[in-house]
Amino acid sequence: MDRDLSAILARHHHDGGRLVQILRDVMAVAGHISPGAITRVAEALALPRGHVEGVAGFYSFFATEPRGRYRVRFSDNVTDQMAGSRALAQRMLDAFRIELGEVSRDGLVSVGLTSCTGLCDQGPAMLVNDHAIARLTPARIGAITSLIRGGSPVAQWPDNLFRIDSHIRRRDLLLGAPFAAGDGVAAALARGAADVRLQIEQSGLRGRGGAGFSTATKWAACAAAPGPVRHVVCNADEGEPGTFKDRELLAHHLDLVLDGMTVAAVAVGATHGLLYLRGEYPFLIAPIQAALADRRARGLLGRDVGGARGFDFDIELHVGAGAYVCGEESALLESLEGKRGIPRNRPPYPVTHGYRQQPTVVNNVETLAAAALIAVHGGAWFRAVGTPRSAGTKILSVSGDVERPGVYEVPFGTAVRDVLAEAGALDVQAVQVGGPSGTLLAGSELGRRIAFEDVPSAGAVMVFDRTRDILGVVDNFARFFAHESCGFCTPCRVGTTLNHHLMARVCAGKGSRRDVDDLVRVSRLMKAASHCGLGTTAGNPVLDALAKFRPAFDARVASEPGPAFDLDEALAPAREATARDDAGAHLDPEAP
Amino acid sequence: MKPDVPEPRKKLRVATTSLAGCFGCHMSLLDIDERLIPLLELIELDASPLTDKKHVGPCDLGIIEGGVCNADNVHVLRAFRQQCKILVAMGACAVNGGLPAQRNHLDVRDCLQTVYLTGLGVERGFIPNDPELPLPLAQVHPLHDVVKIDYFLPGCPPSADAIWSFLNDLIAGRTPQLGHGLIHYD
Amino acid sequence: MSEPTFTLDGDDVPFTEGQTILQAALGARRYVPYLCFHKDFKPHGSCKVCTVKVNGHHAAGCTTPARAGDVVESQTEELTELRRDLVQFLFTEGNHFCPSCEQSGRCTLQAVGYELGVTQGHYNPLFPTRPLDASHPDVLLELNRCILCELCVRASAQVDRKHVFALSGRGLTKHLVVNAESGRLGDTDLAVEDKAMKVCPVGAILRKRRGFTVPIGERTFDKAPISQVLVAPHEED
Ligand SMILES: Cc1cc2nc3c(=O)[nH]c(=O)nc-3n(C[C@H](O)[C@H](O)[C@H](O)COP(=O)(O)O)c2cc1C
Ligand code: SF4
Ligand code: SF4
Ligand code: SF4
Repeated sequence: MDRDLSAILARHHHDGGRLVQILRDVMAVAGHISPGAITRVAEALALPRGHVEGVAGFYSFFATEPRGRYRVRFSDNVTDQMAGSRALAQRMLDAFRIELGEVSRDGLVSVGLTSCTGLCDQGPAMLVNDHAIARLTPARIGAITSLIRGGSPVAQWPDNLFRIDSHIRRRDLLLGAPFAAGDGVAAALARGAADVRLQIEQSGLRGRGGAGFSTATKWAACAAAPGPVRHVVCNADEGEPGTFKDRELLAHHLDLVLDGMTVAAVAVGATHGLLYLRGEYPFLIAPIQAALADRRARGLLGRDVGGARGFDFDIELHVGAGAYVCGEESALLESLEGKRGIPRNRPPYPVTHGYRQQPTVVNNVETLAAAALIAVHGGAWFRAVGTPRSAGTKILSVSGDVERPGVYEVPFGTAVRDVLAEAGALDVQAVQVGGPSGTLLAGSELGRRIAFEDVPSAGAVMVFDRTRDILGVVDNFARFFAHESCGFCTPCRVGTTLNHHLMARVCAGKGSRRDVDDLVRVSRLMKAASHCGLGTTAGNPVLDALAKFRPAFDARVASEPGPAFDLDEALAPAREATARDDAGAHLDPEAP
Repeated sequence: MKPDVPEPRKKLRVATTSLAGCFGCHMSLLDIDERLIPLLELIELDASPLTDKKHVGPCDLGIIEGGVCNADNVHVLRAFRQQCKILVAMGACAVNGGLPAQRNHLDVRDCLQTVYLTGLGVERGFIPNDPELPLPLAQVHPLHDVVKIDYFLPGCPPSADAIWSFLNDLIAGRTPQLGHGLIHYD
Repeated sequence: MSEPTFTLDGDDVPFTEGQTILQAALGARRYVPYLCFHKDFKPHGSCKVCTVKVNGHHAAGCTTPARAGDVVESQTEELTELRRDLVQFLFTEGNHFCPSCEQSGRCTLQAVGYELGVTQGHYNPLFPTRPLDASHPDVLLELNRCILCELCVRASAQVDRKHVFALSGRGLTKHLVVNAESGRLGDTDLAVEDKAMKVCPVGAILRKRRGFTVPIGERTFDKAPISQVLVAPHEED
């Protein structure tokens, strides 16, 4: 391990800013990050030990205690669950005779759950060590179980296990345009920074990462900010459950994205780019590295990019380690700097004080892809599509109860109903647009349109037919937020867990009207007082579901509150110790 | 939603009990001293450690000291909830489990073993298993973990003045408000 | 030119450039409840108890820059209710047994609870299992009472330059860690003179052999509510 560690540290130039990358590598060779490893990394990087321990303890892909040599994590998005993931997980647990989250006695394997891995169009999915596996079936679980028992390295498992399919079902402006690497760069260099910014402004492009902020305004502010170095960050964290359109863009339109980053660099005068890829997409690491190397070889990155004297720009790949909050742009910057992914206070904003406190633009993958094409075709070309306030197209990730899950690029202003029709949705009860933090639409609202001014969406469209339990869906989302809260601020740290407990109780038929009142109360509190968008939106599923599916709640809850815990279960330890099982050794949970 | 507030003037029927508590709150209740006399003009006591009546009957007000640590506590608490229009959690233990809840991170099995089998000075011990004995719960809980509680009166114990002011508010049909000096967690 | 002002519950509050709403309010001897703020440190805004409404929008008073002409609300029933819930959240996520706590009577969490009328009885307590670390010869670390305000973290890093404390975990599992491979406070270089020893608002970082020195009735917040104590003129500590 010592030699491995030295090699890892050397590979990352003993740069404390690369701590998340370093710890990823430690995980890969050692399976966990031991107290001794933490001390050595801290010493080598001249960082306080507590800082390294804090980072190691923050990301869910890092373990500070021994895990299995094979670390299996089932994606636990609601779409995975709908496709049977929990039963498949149970099958594996049974095979190894372990409980969820446990390590087998021989240290061979641990099986757990993880937040959505972005393979909702081909779920259920799992991660094994650094590999993603989609389209799980009982047969595949059986094969994986045998491979684990056989003990061969995951990298040597049959290729077909790791195949990630592509489901681009509808192409428009972005996905349909012919484009070659360097087209955007050449166009941007020909236009010059000011004209690129002007075209972006005229295009009406707004951020595709969720907030819908004007890209032109962001770029202008960064270009104007004083600073020795400027940075362009591509946000490929894509953590919103149900979203996988950035995965497809990076897998099949990578040049569009990398050109977009370079276009942004031209527009704001940046010399350094960072692509933050979520750790759930390990299959994209090698292709991205290869593309970057290729672009360097072709003069599209490095010195005098695109033949423009003095225009130096290169892109670094950073990989996340399982933290949804790191998609929030300031938390993402913290993570890029090798820290815990805690959202910063604003002001100041990243455009003036971003990566290493220098001017930085952070943009979503899709925003940058659009920018590359706008550089080529001009703002008017883009503006001609969509609605007055939402120019261009939106790439949607459609999953759940549809016949053709996958990626659909539609003009802004398209009715949800039309998207669903194309995807083959039948008997729709509800649609979650924009993921758990977005909007839950009832079946009667399908006429609403995908647009910033109507139903905004970072890209997820999860469909639930009438056989689905809406409360179960909300419960899944509540659990997600509790698991992903960074814990910085009180309302979200505690509120997400309270909501999760309340929803679980309501779903189990043990809730009361008071619990429903508390769900509203906690959700509103989080919305009002949370520090970042995770907390302010964490109550959305509860509030939407209560507004639109109230009868489902009312049918499930009692009018008076019952016990908050399982009374009879609470006597089990004493029963065991006393070997009693008489009537007095039990409590009726139903009794008044 | 406000619980129904009793009408003023009619004599209130009040029951009290101590679950996993130390009777300190009851002592504090008695500490209201000479004010007990006007109070008894306004209330009549049902089941209470201060009376001989064992089982709670229909009441306007139930005041409970102590948290819930065993099966018997659960039965008594449920009976109180059934019989009392308004239920008050009196004292730190009733409100948040209090000092008894400091055992909550321990395993009840280990506790019983240590106390009855392996502890210092224990010889030929055995863990009592008489069906008459209530079994301890895995954790000590505040009252509102088990039933709906209408009002909370914190303090360890709440001072006589706090209890007096609290009861007066309730009897007068007001939502009790404890100001500085009366609200205490210790 | 006269000082810029904003209004706080209708009254003009002057401020200097760079001050936040909470800093300006305290400077004007106006109390806004808070827990994680400390005048010697840059505000970071995690407890959210100082949440106010600025021109109708919620914002943390400690981190929101004061701006001339802004209309700030603080003492409203709505905000008191919100703060009450936040304080309840903190009680709910920890293990606070005030009767046996050395800090009782001078604890900020407790005092803010009193100020807001928190009875502690709304949410179901989570009863976490948290360690008590008595390994240091002079200091007791009682994490059952830690409210994660990070003041000790900031004090140790910025003033003492020792980095004795840090945070690990996330969400509800977020917890304080100390700068030692053993995980024990006794193996750090914390000293009782450190600033980190003086900032904990609750009874989580305690001097050993120093408990219950002031009789009940005489303690800081027995004598006056925190709303008066904090804005009263006082000497520097
Ligand atoms: C909890 C949270 C998670 C987020 N996750 C992502 C993400 O995965 N990808 C993304 O592009 N933006 C995400 N965002 C939005 C970013 O903060 C930021 O607005 C965006 O990257 C800006 O790029 P854009 O203007 O191109 O949309 C997230 C925001 C929050 C609050
Ligand atoms: S809202 Fe949640 S995720 Fe955001 S800072 Fe607060 S605790 Fe962290
Ligand atoms: S830290 Fe404060 S609130 Fe917590 S137990 Fe001690 S006195 Fe009570
Ligand atoms: S120990 Fe005290 S100062 Fe440190 S984070 Fe906890 S509550 Fe704050």
